[in-house]
Amino acid sequence: MTMELSRHWRLNAQRYALGGVECDGCGARYFPPRAVCPRCGSRSLHQARFIGNGLGQVYSYSLVHEAPVGYGDHAPYPVALVKLDDGPVVTAQLTDVDPENVQIGMRVEMVTRRIKEDGDKGLITYGYKFRPMLDPRRVEVPA
Amino acid sequence: MLGVGQVPVQELWDKSLRELAVASIVAALEDAGQPAVEALYVGNMLGGELTGQAHLGALVADFAGLAGIEALRVEAAGASGGLAFRLGYLAVASGVHDIVLVTGVEKMTERLDPEVTAALALAHDGDFEMFPGATPAALAAMIMQRYIHEYGVARGDFAIFPLTSHQNAVHNPYAMYRKALTREFYDKAEMTAAPLNILDCSPTCDGAASVVLAPAQVARDLGRPVVRVSGSGVATDTIAVHDRADPLWLAAAARSAALAYQQAGKDPAEIDFFELYDDFSITAALALEACGFAARGQGVRFAHEAGIGLDGRLPICTMGGLKGRGNPDGATGVYQIVDVVNQLRGTAGANQLDCRVGMAQAIGGSGATVVTHILEVEK
Repeated sequence: MTMELSRHWRLNAQRYALGGVECDGCGARYFPPRAVCPRCGSRSLHQARFIGNGLGQVYSYSLVHEAPVGYGDHAPYPVALVKLDDGPVVTAQLTDVDPENVQIGMRVEMVTRRIKEDGDKGLITYGYKFRPMLDPRRVEVPA
Repeated sequence: MLGVGQVPVQELWDKSLRELAVASIVAALEDAGQPAVEALYVGNMLGGELTGQAHLGALVADFAGLAGIEALRVEAAGASGGLAFRLGYLAVASGVHDIVLVTGVEKMTERLDPEVTAALALAHDGDFEMFPGATPAALAAMIMQRYIHEYGVARGDFAIFPLTSHQNAVHNPYAMYRKALTREFYDKAEMTAAPLNILDCSPTCDGAASVVLAPAQVARDLGRPVVRVSGSGVATDTIAVHDRADPLWLAAAARSAALAYQQAGKDPAEIDFFELYDDFSITAALALEACGFAARGQGVRFAHEAGIGLDGRLPICTMGGLKGRGNPDGATGVYQIVDVVNQLRGTAGANQLDCRVGMAQAIGGSGATVVTHILEVEK
């Protein structure tokens, strides 16, 4: 059992709100945040909360059968590369879905869920997962 | 290359990390004719995490009877051994040292599988790939799933990679699995991270391999077969798969191979065999594409049509690769070099090829660090 409190606390903006950055030089958006833009080299980037409004589509997926320590209770569970509507791709679990029904191209939205349990008395950490979009009319693709 | 040494890859319960490393060093120095070693580079990924031991440069030098020399440990996940070899090559090529020992060692069987899985996950982005719940196998599986989707390849077509590696391991006394696989067995294998099954994944195990490097003239003067490093390239890519413009393209493999080809003055058609990094079946397909042997999206088709067995157009994993020999992570890159040297100097036994130029490529993480070497024998 490990505590790692500051490590988790430091990432609250990413875990709960997909907090990323936008480059002042070329407009590229990144999740997670970076201090240097790999595209144009700019060191000037500002915070962009809720990258992609939390909406995206499944670029690819897998069903994890052999889970690492702390994730075994949920196995097998689906993970995906989710392409957010305004650019960045996020690695995340899919939830509220029958693994059989997961498809490339499926529309998904971000939700906050329990991710990991560090033993009986350790930290319970929460973060983002994605579920099939409940209301397909909610297609707020940012300009 | 003055000499090579290796220990059989297995679950070696009765051997410690230092014993494995030293056994391979003793074998390599014997093969090299006991030269006076000036430096030791140790490739290792998980000494600290799985065996509770860091500071491997000094430890291994000490127990190999070499205390006093320059010694250090190199870590770049699965590319650790390949990168240690690169440092050894640079030390000799630069003229700083004449005789350099490169050792790759990994001891993975001290812990239970979930702990080993968690340790291997350190090769990837901890906060943004592993914490959300992906695993190294799941990342490879997602690449494979997308590959199947984009290129219309059937899952079962990937079986050619593990079948080839296991077939080649049959005659390698240092390999972990010396039994050929059947397609039926592959089709029935349990899923690790669908669509990737357990036979698409290289096994964790213990192992150590060593090589002795020296200026080519030293080998010529000793009248030994001269196996020369003619190309050496290292490149990196984003640590996370999700940050790549095209997750189906191993950019660092392409770049490191291009650097090695350029230095050696070779193109892919002049490579007689390729010790590629088949940690997962999909990686083998992508490496064939990135290194110019197959067009984009054609890696699996190339394996079937051109042939990757010992009698194919491009033999790969000629002594069993990571699948059949086993994948002792940080040691693997050095085992690959040992395999190339054995092929080039004609000491590969039943799997001997008629060859002059060989290539080895070690990969760390999901292609984030890639080390490529081209070796040639003077005939």
